[in-house]
Amino acid sequence: MTLHNISIKTNDLHCQFGALHAVDGISFEVSAGTIFGFLGPNGAGKTTTIRLLLGLLEASSGSAEVLGFDIRTQADQIRLNCGALLEHTGLYERLSAEDNLDLFGRIWHIPSAERQQRIQSLLEKMGLYERRKELISSWSRGMKQKLAVVRTLMHDPKLVFLDEPTAGLDPLAAANLRDDLADLARQHGVTVFLTTHNLAEAEKICDQVGVINKGKLLSVGSPDELRLKQGTHTLVVVGRGFNDEIMQALRAMPDVAGVELREHHLVVHFTRETDSGTLVQFLAGKGVMIDEVRKGKASLEEAFLALLEEKE
Amino acid sequence: MMQDIVTLIQKEWKEVVFRREAGRQSWISLVILIGLVGIYLPYMNGAGWLQDPTALFTWVWVPLFMTNGMIADAFAGERERHTLETLLATRLSDTAILLGKIAASVLYAWITSLVCALVGAITVNVMFPTGGLQFYNTGMFFGGIAAVLLIAILISGIGVFVSLKASTVRQAYQKLSLSIMAIWFIPFILLQSFPDEMQNFLVKVAPMLDQNLSLILAGVFGLLVVADAIMLLLAKKRFKRTRLILE
Repeated sequence: MTLHNISIKTNDLHCQFGALHAVDGISFEVSAGTIFGFLGPNGAGKTTTIRLLLGLLEASSGSAEVLGFDIRTQADQIRLNCGALLEHTGLYERLSAEDNLDLFGRIWHIPSAERQQRIQSLLEKMGLYERRKELISSWSRGMKQKLAVVRTLMHDPKLVFLDEPTAGLDPLAAANLRDDLADLARQHGVTVFLTTHNLAEAEKICDQVGVINKGKLLSVGSPDELRLKQGTHTLVVVGRGFNDEIMQALRAMPDVAGVELREHHLVVHFTRETDSGTLVQFLAGKGVMIDEVRKGKASLEEAFLALLEEKE
Repeated sequence: MMQDIVTLIQKEWKEVVFRREAGRQSWISLVILIGLVGIYLPYMNGAGWLQDPTALFTWVWVPLFMTNGMIADAFAGERERHTLETLLATRLSDTAILLGKIAASVLYAWITSLVCALVGAITVNVMFPTGGLQFYNTGMFFGGIAAVLLIAILISGIGVFVSLKASTVRQAYQKLSLSIMAIWFIPFILLQSFPDEMQNFLVKVAPMLDQNLSLILAGVFGLLVVADAIMLLLAKKRFKRTRLILE
């Protein structure tokens, strides 16, 4: 992959506040036109990473390039070509929705006619056009969040940073926004870098995800890769004849972390990768009629939690 | 750069001066001030108001009132309302943000002073007509509006420092008000602390100052220009995007 196709590239990036390593040597790449999900618990370093990439904070060491621009020396070029929805919506509540968008259109030197047209089309798309003259202070949190996303896209950025974009949105609005983001990336080649706590959401729209905790990047890959890495420790056995005795025997086995009996499904969690043959042999010996055995596919959430636990 | 500064001035005025949620309230203080300085005082002083240096003194007070609130809100307000980081994440340069904020409050004060002065002239012409058009002494008028501009810049420069450090608008406003009071009263307090001989000497010399008024005013203006330049340079040095996020 050439540098031209990479929107973000970090190399051993550090950000330290006193003794606290907010970002601790992270290295990753985000391809252009993809959606990258940055996952991590509160205080993991997600927002700090975005601030570093936008040149709003100075890195203690390491390097990074955003759209080919150095975060230390060309941060103004980065901000020119990026849109950002940060921790807070950042909307001016004493102004109307229209005035808010107009302000940001002016900041990006969008000509007047084009600005008005874009404001109308974006607000209509989000279902906010009828309320464009109202002061933001009277709006619900979800509406403000929608407007903040719209504002981020006002100047057709090549890369957008979205910190928890669907927070506060109702399920329908969140789903619509996810579709819009996917459309931005697939149809218009915009790179989307988003942080989220909603792992189901990340699983649905992200091409790549990075898991960060305590400033360290724990894993980077596609959601499938991440699930696969963590999901191999689970076996699902479909059949009949499971009983308490079998369950107890399984729980007593070495490397077994847990056993769950769901309707005709036995789910066995192992502490490490285990050969399924041994388990099948054991169950058959106990008279279980086995219809199917498959390696469990963990959800991204399970994979995420397992990853955090593993690296603790 | 100029376009960015104008954009920020418009935003500040829309948000602070013409804010809709405050309705008529946002205009009341402005109307009271113009009524007091532009109508009441000229009316009470009669036709002599247009030649009276007291008029100049009242104009100088205007920026003290007008700049204070707006510049205190400049950064502390953005921080308090969680809009500062979004503003810093835009393409605007540090200089454009800083100058835009300062220019918004300076122009607001300056235009208000100018309106007060013009309304004062209209009041005198309407209430005390002489058959011809009466206006301020030219030197006094231009000197006055220049002084207002320089004082507004000085207060805005100080206000930027205070607003950058303060976490709330109220805190910024209180600190700035105290700073301005200190600047205003320190010369008087210093004079009081001089030994008696020196005070007597100044009393003797004072009448001679009238003869050199132009020279003295030029000196005061020179000092103001230097003070403004220093404050703007210090404000520019103080304004660092990467520091603002952490404060």
